[in-house]
Amino acid sequence: MEININGNKRQVDIIDNSTPLLWIIRDELDLKGTKFGCGKAACGACTVLIDGQQVRSCSYPIGMLKEQSVTTIEGLGSPQNPHPVQQAWIEEIVPQCGYCQPGFMMATAALLNNIANPSEDDIDSNITNVCRCATHYRIRKAIHKAAAIKSQTSNVLNHGK
Amino acid sequence: MENSNKQPGKVSRRKFIIRATLGTLGGLVLGTYLFRKPIYRSLAGYINTLKTPYDGSSNDPIIWFEITPDNLVILQSPKVEMGQGTFTGLAQITADELEVAIDQIKVVHAPSASGNMDGTATGGSTSVSSLWQPLRELAATMREMLKTEAASKLGIAVSALSISNGIVSGGGKSITYAEIIKGVEKWKIPATPKLKALKDYQYIGKPIARVDLKAKVFGEPIFGIDSVMPGMLYGSVVRPNKVGAQYIDADTSAAEKMPGVVKVVKEKDFVGVVARSFTEAENAKNAIKANWKVDKIWQTQDIENCIKVGKGDPIEIQKTGNAADMLEDADGLITMEFTSPIGAHAQMEPNGALAFVEKDKATIKMSTQVVKITRAEVADRLGLKEEQVNIIPTFLGGGFGRRLHTPHAIQAAVMSKAVGKPVKYFFNRQEEFQHDTFRPPTHHLVKAKLNKAGMITAIEHNVSSGDVMYGSALVPEILQTIIGSDLGAWRGGMINYSAIPNLRAVSWRVKLPFATSWWRSLGLLANTFAIESFIDELAIKSNQNPVEFRLAQIQDDKIGKRLKEVIRVAAEKSNYNNQPVEGRAMGFACCIDVGTPCAQVAEVSIVDGKIKVHKVTCVIDPGIAVNPDQVRAQCEGAIIMGISAAMFERMYVEDGQLKPIIYGPYKMVLMQDAPRDIEVIILQNDNVPGAVGEPPLGPIGAAIGNALRRLTGKRLTAMPLKLG
Repeated sequence: MEININGNKRQVDIIDNSTPLLWIIRDELDLKGTKFGCGKAACGACTVLIDGQQVRSCSYPIGMLKEQSVTTIEGLGSPQNPHPVQQAWIEEIVPQCGYCQPGFMMATAALLNNIANPSEDDIDSNITNVCRCATHYRIRKAIHKAAAIKSQTSNVLNHGK
Repeated sequence: MENSNKQPGKVSRRKFIIRATLGTLGGLVLGTYLFRKPIYRSLAGYINTLKTPYDGSSNDPIIWFEITPDNLVILQSPKVEMGQGTFTGLAQITADELEVAIDQIKVVHAPSASGNMDGTATGGSTSVSSLWQPLRELAATMREMLKTEAASKLGIAVSALSISNGIVSGGGKSITYAEIIKGVEKWKIPATPKLKALKDYQYIGKPIARVDLKAKVFGEPIFGIDSVMPGMLYGSVVRPNKVGAQYIDADTSAAEKMPGVVKVVKEKDFVGVVARSFTEAENAKNAIKANWKVDKIWQTQDIENCIKVGKGDPIEIQKTGNAADMLEDADGLITMEFTSPIGAHAQMEPNGALAFVEKDKATIKMSTQVVKITRAEVADRLGLKEEQVNIIPTFLGGGFGRRLHTPHAIQAAVMSKAVGKPVKYFFNRQEEFQHDTFRPPTHHLVKAKLNKAGMITAIEHNVSSGDVMYGSALVPEILQTIIGSDLGAWRGGMINYSAIPNLRAVSWRVKLPFATSWWRSLGLLANTFAIESFIDELAIKSNQNPVEFRLAQIQDDKIGKRLKEVIRVAAEKSNYNNQPVEGRAMGFACCIDVGTPCAQVAEVSIVDGKIKVHKVTCVIDPGIAVNPDQVRAQCEGAIIMGISAAMFERMYVEDGQLKPIIYGPYKMVLMQDAPRDIEVIILQNDNVPGAVGEPPLGPIGAAIGNALRRLTGKRLTAMPLKLG
């Protein structure tokens, strides 16, 4: 089948429609930034965006995917052109071990797609991933910073129009 | 007597070795035969301070630095990076003495084939502190070698040369390190140069960004589970779900016919399956019917009955004066009991290994905290020499002590050998939760007497715990015999209130039917919870402010002064108030761990019937903070991880099964639970870097409990903390 991922169309052979999207991303498409944490949608390490909304890919059968566009951490931004969330994560020096961070960043990107300037309660109720190094304090600061960066960027774009 | 030659880890020029050919990139490689078996020499120090020395024992040269043709320095780290920031600290240390810019350094995990392995482990909060002196000396020595060679190539006296960013300049000429090393066959090795003064360092002491930041923000494939090799297959191993189950045999007929299965691997001690994909391997594994011998169906109550002060083998670990006799009679005796539950590591990256076993060699990529032990165990099982096994450590998706035990590397290697191809094997999450090497549950009995002036006259702490250090491959049996008790279990169990004339601590050892082991800070979390809750209760009973009460019980020796200072500063910076204000109370607690004093104040209220931690003030004195930002990060993480353990986490045993088996039911801290305000204050009242990663896990449980005592009038004595 054809998968629309990170702005590219990629062909993959699907043997079993029940295979979780996570393993297609990691092992067939060789994009390792999306992580396996629990396989039960309980930790959020595997979070990706499907049409801009957060999805825990370990529990999303590949058979459900049709035309939608999938974004993983590799497609969110690049060192040359970081997404506001990644820029904020760099400025706040968030990661420790770093394993859960792609999931947190994807969940934050989705949150900012829905709520441009999330309140503390918005963060609490929308970001429910697990981080064992317990970087939550910096994650919260980075989410606010990402919202600020994103709104500045979009202001600039709007003025440009 | 000052005799630097006898100092463990001291660089000796006779032991330097340089090989121009060893490096993967053809540059200069600097190695040494340093540090052969210093652990035995510093054993006494280990027992007293728990400061693990660097143990780079090896008969082969140890590779440290490589200079690449584009004038970068590759630092082969003998310590692994599991989030604690060690790579960044080591890069800062190297940059300053080698005179290169921090972004010219690439820190990599030294594969075991490089010889640069720490024979002990990465852990114990000692990675930066144990390499502080030797790494600076190695870098400074290499700098002088390069400078001497530059002088000869440029025809300018050494004294007229200066170095900046890996470029040696003088007399209007300049030459890069990469150019200097070209064609040099014989190097002059100087005596160990004098190190720079602290104030002259550009990177050490500065809050520079982590060197692995970009890799982690852009999702690079840096973890063990991300490793790939051409033709790689996936392995899965059948594991029992009952505590104490012994493998007998298995019916694999159904699994052999499953889609994608390459081979079912039956060994004397396990059965596994190799398949084309992870999901096919998992499905086939689930079709295997294994038989297990289970002697007893355990329940939580059975475990709690084992873990009781008074049962098991007691060992007196602290004795000053005559506390035992003084606390014998009931007159004026104050006693309390505390408990802590079984804790899971729950690190995010599952355990696993990618192994490729060929005819006379094996290559293994994985997350491990014990490179040398992993290598020895794999070599032993495969019948290879250790040198034929190359362990390539990767970044760890969390360590916390879980990766000090790596038999899954053996299983991956055995499966690879069976199919003749690389095999990647990792745990699923249920296997992680049921086959963890848990933080042992504990029970504490504390006793004390106060005099009329409100001073403690005698105090005793008893801790009953499952094993932490005993039974670990990390600690040779001989060392266990010498030490005589499980210092992992009683870490943090000694009483730091040195002005009390009669002190006693007793560790009661209990063997549990499941694996218990090292969990970040070991016994510190539970022991500090018990002792600091009790001290707080004694302050309340004697109508004293808990800050002044603590200060009065500490002697003015060196560590006592440092402990008093963190207490004073924590009280001052938090504006510590012993009375709740508008439904919010403060709780105070402190500890000393691996020589680092730490004090914390938690501000707590009850919101909708639930405990809410609003703010934590943390004062720590780790001596020199090589990277103050990462000291802060470690404190923030330890505080929130400690909140998770103290308020939510608990494994239990039901009908022989360890549960829960998944995040969520194993409740851990989430964004909604983490305090929105954490203030970390770093004092530096020692002239060497000390421990950082674990000490701030000690006080937090007691600090929250002490705040709740002021809010509710009730003393909570069991972790996880639950309101009435």
